[in-house]
Amino acid sequence: MTIPHPAGYRVPPEGTHPPLLSPGYRSTVLRSPSQPLVVLPHRLTEVTGPLLTGDIGPRDHDLTAQHAGEPQGQRIVVFGQVRDSDGRAVPDTLVEVWQANAAGRYHHARDNWPAPLDPNFTGGGRVVTDAGGNYTFTTIKPGAYPWGNHHNAWRPAHIHFSLFGRAFPQRLVTQMYFPDDPLFAQDPIFNSVPDEKARRRMVSTFDLDATRPEWALAYRFDIVLRGREQTPFEEPHE
Amino acid sequence: MSELLTPSQTVGPFLSLGLTWPTGHLVVPEGTPGAVLVSGVLYDGAGDPVTDGIVETWQADADGRFDHPDDPRGASGSGFAGFGRSATDEDGRYRVLTVKPGPVGDGQAPHIDVSVFARGLLDRVVTRIYFPDEAAANATDPLLASLPPERAATLVAQPAGDGVLRFDIRLQGAGETVFLLV
Repeated sequence: MTIPHPAGYRVPPEGTHPPLLSPGYRSTVLRSPSQPLVVLPHRLTEVTGPLLTGDIGPRDHDLTAQHAGEPQGQRIVVFGQVRDSDGRAVPDTLVEVWQANAAGRYHHARDNWPAPLDPNFTGGGRVVTDAGGNYTFTTIKPGAYPWGNHHNAWRPAHIHFSLFGRAFPQRLVTQMYFPDDPLFAQDPIFNSVPDEKARRRMVSTFDLDATRPEWALAYRFDIVLRGREQTPFEEPHE
Repeated sequence: MSELLTPSQTVGPFLSLGLTWPTGHLVVPEGTPGAVLVSGVLYDGAGDPVTDGIVETWQADADGRFDHPDDPRGASGSGFAGFGRSATDEDGRYRVLTVKPGPVGDGQAPHIDVSVFARGLLDRVVTRIYFPDEAAANATDPLLASLPPERAATLVAQPAGDGVLRFDIRLQGAGETVFLLV
């Protein structure tokens, strides 16, 4: 039986993703490959991918409800749609998030800067998108924090996002930022994205209509994954 | 209509808060007949182990099938998830327990697709694991055959005892692993 050559996923436009070597972010200097990447045409292993929907706990979508008490900080709802670059919703896909607490400290052994830990906040969550590709979780707004990249370096407040889509080329890890953060200009990670318009797509929007009255503010963060080529191409038979 | 993509950013040093699962490294349950432990060390360009990275694997089942609707042969229906992930430990080591995938039937040798994430990687890097007992299939695999032999060798795991394969990943410098643009 001949297996038809499947349609692959489109190449991201230039400037969308950061160059692996971005010396302003010091850790890239010894961790970025020096050889050029080798193009891998998309075959069966690349047009498929992990479809993970299990093992979601009842409080995984609410980072404020994972301990005996409520965490400190501004309660927020973060929501949005996961779709592909053709505008098609990506349903039933796992969204994983992690973040610092309201003081800008991570619940992690290697984060030891002198900001308080919060016994009521771990900072990890996961949800699966609904049939329309939508996700929602509740958390607190993370704080900014200093890091050792350069003198007086501060990371803008952000939430880490991990997405799978439905195929291996759609895998994406990104960071969601908050509107109008004055720390953007000095942050080499945010600014590693060459295209300024692409950079802005990592910034959530405040959504007054989605706020929960007398409960929580709301930020919308839509995530766009790679779309698929429309027509399968033929590979010459060998 | 073509919407513009969301850019990639690094996982940062604290990825274990969001990405580690107790059984994430088990593509198959412990005790599965024919299971193989794929393990190795993630190194940076100075030859130091990367102790805050995560390695993910994606592969066909032992019959070369995917339980995925976009497999043109149809979803296998086997329930085989095919996915593993292992954060690197204090020695930079990852471990994934899996089975060797079967050939998918399009001329490629059995392989596992791999994503590596870490602080200092602004986007994942992708590579592949091939198997040392598949010399004939490896010799005609389109990817391996397109590479100089010393580069192709970085993609072939090494036997490391009964049921154990070693696959080190070198991000940069001498013996740098071949990384793939997918």
